[in-house]
Amino acid sequence: MNTSRRGFLRYAGFAALPLLGQVGTQDTTKKKMGEGVPPDALSEPWLTGRQVDSTGKWDNDAGIIALERRLRCRCGCMLDVYTCRTTDFTCTYSPEMHREVIAMIEAKRTPEQVIQEFIKADGEKVLMSPVASGFNIAGYIVPGLAVTIVGLVLAAYLSRRRAVTIAAGGPDLPGGAMPMAPDAAQRERLQKALDEVDS
Amino acid sequence: MTFLGSFALWAAFLLACWGAGLSFFGDWQRNPATALAVRRGVYAVCAALLVASLSLWKGIFTHDFNIEYVWAYTSRNLPGYYLVSAFWAGQKGSMLFWAVVLSIFAALAQALTSQRQKDLLPYVAGVVNLVIIFFVGVMLFAHHSNPFERMAVTPPDGNGLNPQLQNPGMVMHPPMLYLGYISITIPFAFGIAAMLAGKLDAGWIIAMRKWALASWLFLSIGITLGMWWAYVELGWGGVWAWDPVENASLHPWLVLTAFLHSVMIQEKRGMLKRWNMALVIGAFLLAIFGTFITRSGVISSVHSFTQSDIGYYFLGFLLVSGILSFTLLYTRWPSLEAEVQLESLVSRESAFLFNNLALVGLAFSVLWGTLFPILSEAVRGTKISVGPPFFNRVNVPLGLFLLFLTGVGPLIAWRKASIANLQRQFILPVTGLVVATVAMLLAGMRDLYPIMSIALAAFVLVTVTQEFQRGVRARMSMYKENVFIALVHLVERNRRRYGGYIVHVGIVVYFVAFTGLAFQVKKEVDLSPGETAKIHSPFGYDYELTARGVSQYTMLNRRVTAATLAVTRNGKRIGDIKSEKRQHMDSFGNKTFEPSTEVGIISDLREDLYVVYAGTIDGTERSHFTFLVNPLVPWFWIGGTILALGGLMAMWPGGPQVKTQRRRSVAQAGYSVPLAEVAE
Repeated sequence: MNTSRRGFLRYAGFAALPLLGQVGTQDTTKKKMGEGVPPDALSEPWLTGRQVDSTGKWDNDAGIIALERRLRCRCGCMLDVYTCRTTDFTCTYSPEMHREVIAMIEAKRTPEQVIQEFIKADGEKVLMSPVASGFNIAGYIVPGLAVTIVGLVLAAYLSRRRAVTIAAGGPDLPGGAMPMAPDAAQRERLQKALDEVDS
Repeated sequence: MTFLGSFALWAAFLLACWGAGLSFFGDWQRNPATALAVRRGVYAVCAALLVASLSLWKGIFTHDFNIEYVWAYTSRNLPGYYLVSAFWAGQKGSMLFWAVVLSIFAALAQALTSQRQKDLLPYVAGVVNLVIIFFVGVMLFAHHSNPFERMAVTPPDGNGLNPQLQNPGMVMHPPMLYLGYISITIPFAFGIAAMLAGKLDAGWIIAMRKWALASWLFLSIGITLGMWWAYVELGWGGVWAWDPVENASLHPWLVLTAFLHSVMIQEKRGMLKRWNMALVIGAFLLAIFGTFITRSGVISSVHSFTQSDIGYYFLGFLLVSGILSFTLLYTRWPSLEAEVQLESLVSRESAFLFNNLALVGLAFSVLWGTLFPILSEAVRGTKISVGPPFFNRVNVPLGLFLLFLTGVGPLIAWRKASIANLQRQFILPVTGLVVATVAMLLAGMRDLYPIMSIALAAFVLVTVTQEFQRGVRARMSMYKENVFIALVHLVERNRRRYGGYIVHVGIVVYFVAFTGLAFQVKKEVDLSPGETAKIHSPFGYDYELTARGVSQYTMLNRRVTAATLAVTRNGKRIGDIKSEKRQHMDSFGNKTFEPSTEVGIISDLREDLYVVYAGTIDGTERSHFTFLVNPLVPWFWIGGTILALGGLMAMWPGGPQVKTQRRRSVAQAGYSVPLAEVAE
């Protein structure tokens, strides 16, 4: 195949076009990358773990916080949703539950309806403390009741025992043991004894 | 070293078996040489376990990653002090730590106990050896529990220590708590020994008194350090989450506190012998129960070790120990009859009884809440969660009742108090209570529990002050001493009593700090460098926090991303605060764990400003923060220090010897109460 010099240059020029285009594209890309990177970008953002959401209008809402304090995070951390989402920023469950709560509130659900929705989805274990009904009432009242009953029984027993002691001619102090006012020497002696007994 | 370590474990196991056998079946009552052999057996077990421990530490410090435990909890670039704490960071190492510390305590008990109690010591050795046999036996025979287990290949680097454990608090908190749990074995062993030997006078009480106090002190310090660690490390701004493992540390502490009070009645009046024996057994069983909770996985907890079969061994040990101990108590029941009867409902003995009721009731309440999810699931078949709202609702009233009794106890005379005595004793503390209540109402506080807490705190503080003031005044009058000398001599003369009062002050400070935390303020904000956010504190201060930017750099074993904020309070600059994200790396630069958060705190006596850097928004320096103002939190650490100092004062050796029996005879002479009235 014979090709003239002009023809060769024409082919070469066409062949070089894509390269020129590529060079042009590369230049443009470089420019766009420079433009796209914010001046305050972190060099290694991955070091901070999961990217967090910006603070929304509901994040500091007292009603939402009160609601989330009643719900336990699904991640197994034992914390309520509010504490978890503002504490362990590696958890992905509590932000999700937060979004669910917000969605329901924005859908005009009452806090009780939100709680019921969560119970329906996750069971009663989603609550930070059990509902005070049925068997759960025992959870709330047994310790206080036990202490009260034992205290009353103890008081009654001690009163009865004291009555029995007095009836049997035992000491019924004060009154019998110290009928007279002591003098100064006695007081000093007694003070010494008191220090010993009462310490 | 693993061969030596395993050999030492086996040696300790066999020596403990031999020692226990000799203690329970040997003729040491007749043959002093046998008693000496038992004692030397305890020292030998201790020596063997020390060798095993040193072998493990050698493996840790030489980075012998062929040992599975060393690989799992350390890495080449782990700082030296965390290499020390890696010993107890994992299940296997902590089991060895239990065993070696118990063996050291056992040896000390043998060496330091007076020869007057020599009839108890072989039984004490026997009981402790049985506990050591259990712990070493688990390490030797339970699946995947030997700390010297080797791996098939040697990895080039270890897994590293969990970042949350890389905190100075975790170097101190676990061992302190372990020391508390472990040392309870010694008072328990003395109690069992007294029952086995049939020597149920006050001797065993005197022999183990300091051990019980030491256990209580270790537990108190361990719990306080745990609270501090949770506060500075976990980033939630609280100190107590009612987690099952946290609760497990509270059970023995509460029962031991009850024991330390009621044991005084046995010493002075010869009463409550059965109750004291039951309490010391209960404290030991609850310590084992705590270990079971931590290691079994039966209850979910963030603190738990990896779930394993080991929990079932603990459950079995718990049941066997409980059955044997309470059966022994039942057989000795008649011998534990009180020497005198309680004479009045209005007496210090009675106040101590109710104090015991409140303490044990509180322990029961916490235990009940911890186990209620299991009970509920068994009864209803439904899983439930029991978290802080439940515990606060149930336990806060009981806690306040206990605080009230803390103030009442010292005000009532022994044996019986008269109306005149009560009026004289209560007038100032009740005035303090009323003044504090009115002051808080005038300050605008309307929450019932915080008002009650502060008012009762004032009541107890006035009580303690009154006790010191009366004692000092009496000495000044009788011995013509100045205030300072009188105070020193007063405390020196009865360290246990006045140390106890200082402990009460520590407890009061704790209550006040917990009350302050109820007024915590929390806020989430996003800030770019130069932007400012405000937060208002319950004390009326306005904090302004201005973001100064985020920097990233490399530290020893981690890459750090640090966010710094400039802080002003009411317009006055008070400093910078920095919170970090830490990505831990192994020595090859590979990620080891998820990034952890280090909080920033500016603290003064009123409150803490607490900042958590949550992370970057869109990979930029614009950051998400959580700001908290935590009122009175520094008082937790002050309260803990006061409590520890009071405990140390109470158990410090020396001082005038207390002659228990003589005191009791004085008390029985029948003039202590009128005497108190006359003298005061």
